[in-house]
Amino acid sequence: MELFVFVVAALMVLGGALGVITRSNPVHAALSLVLTLFGIAVMFVSHDAQFLAAVQVIVYAGAIVVLFLFVIMLLGVDKTEDVNIEPITVQRPLALIVGAGVIGVVVAAIVASKDVLKSNSAALAKSTIEDPDANIKNLAREIFGNNVFSFELTSVLLLVAVVGTVLMARRVKSNGAGK
Amino acid sequence: MLSVIEPTNSWYLILAAVLFGIGAFGVMVRRNPLVMFMCIELMLNAVNLTFVTMATVHSDINGQVVVFFVMVVAAAEVVVGLGIIVAIMRRRNGISADDLSALKG
Repeated sequence: MELFVFVVAALMVLGGALGVITRSNPVHAALSLVLTLFGIAVMFVSHDAQFLAAVQVIVYAGAIVVLFLFVIMLLGVDKTEDVNIEPITVQRPLALIVGAGVIGVVVAAIVASKDVLKSNSAALAKSTIEDPDANIKNLAREIFGNNVFSFELTSVLLLVAVVGTVLMARRVKSNGAGK
Repeated sequence: MLSVIEPTNSWYLILAAVLFGIGAFGVMVRRNPLVMFMCIELMLNAVNLTFVTMATVHSDINGQVVVFFVMVVAAAEVVVGLGIIVAIMRRRNGISADDLSALKG
């Protein structure tokens, strides 16, 4: 059963990822990205990270992809581009070598250390029917306990991002000052 | 027979590595800044999957805490990046990473 879930989710992730890099229409690429994000959410559930799976669907598949689609529609770039032209001739073979090299090195490291990658016997608290809040309680205790300063810093980060984006995207009233 | 085989943590890590490689390839190859951004999201998700898997390996909830912060930073990064793309598109027609070579003056 777990194998079946893994295979289906892996096909979703890889199919979506290949869709993102091969589809010539940006809207199709964004929809392929949704497929990948849902596959990752399934994998989070199979690792007993239920809260992160919910956040993945809400924040990534909900907010971020909608933001992408808004910008695509707003800018009117939702038309097919020609992906067959290659401005720099050796770019694609080189990128293929670099990408395959990254995969090869990391996979070699994983295979070499597979003995230490077994799940620890003292498993994390799992959310069950009897205790549905186990994962989120565990996570909240850590975030608002040891990492509370980082948590407060993220609020500053989000505020700066919002103010900066509003300032950048604002249309300056034309008296020549902003242009 | 098939029910005997269980996906181990290494399988998830290898899948994350492949996803990261695909994302890196996309960033290097695609010319549309929006699609390049989506490829960066792919790479971020690959790293998130690695962190969650490692949280299981070490039974340490901090792996999931890091993923939580990565998601916050990714959301902020997308907002700022798309704001920059919109601001550029106001001034020029067409959208391509090659156009930004005009920046070298």
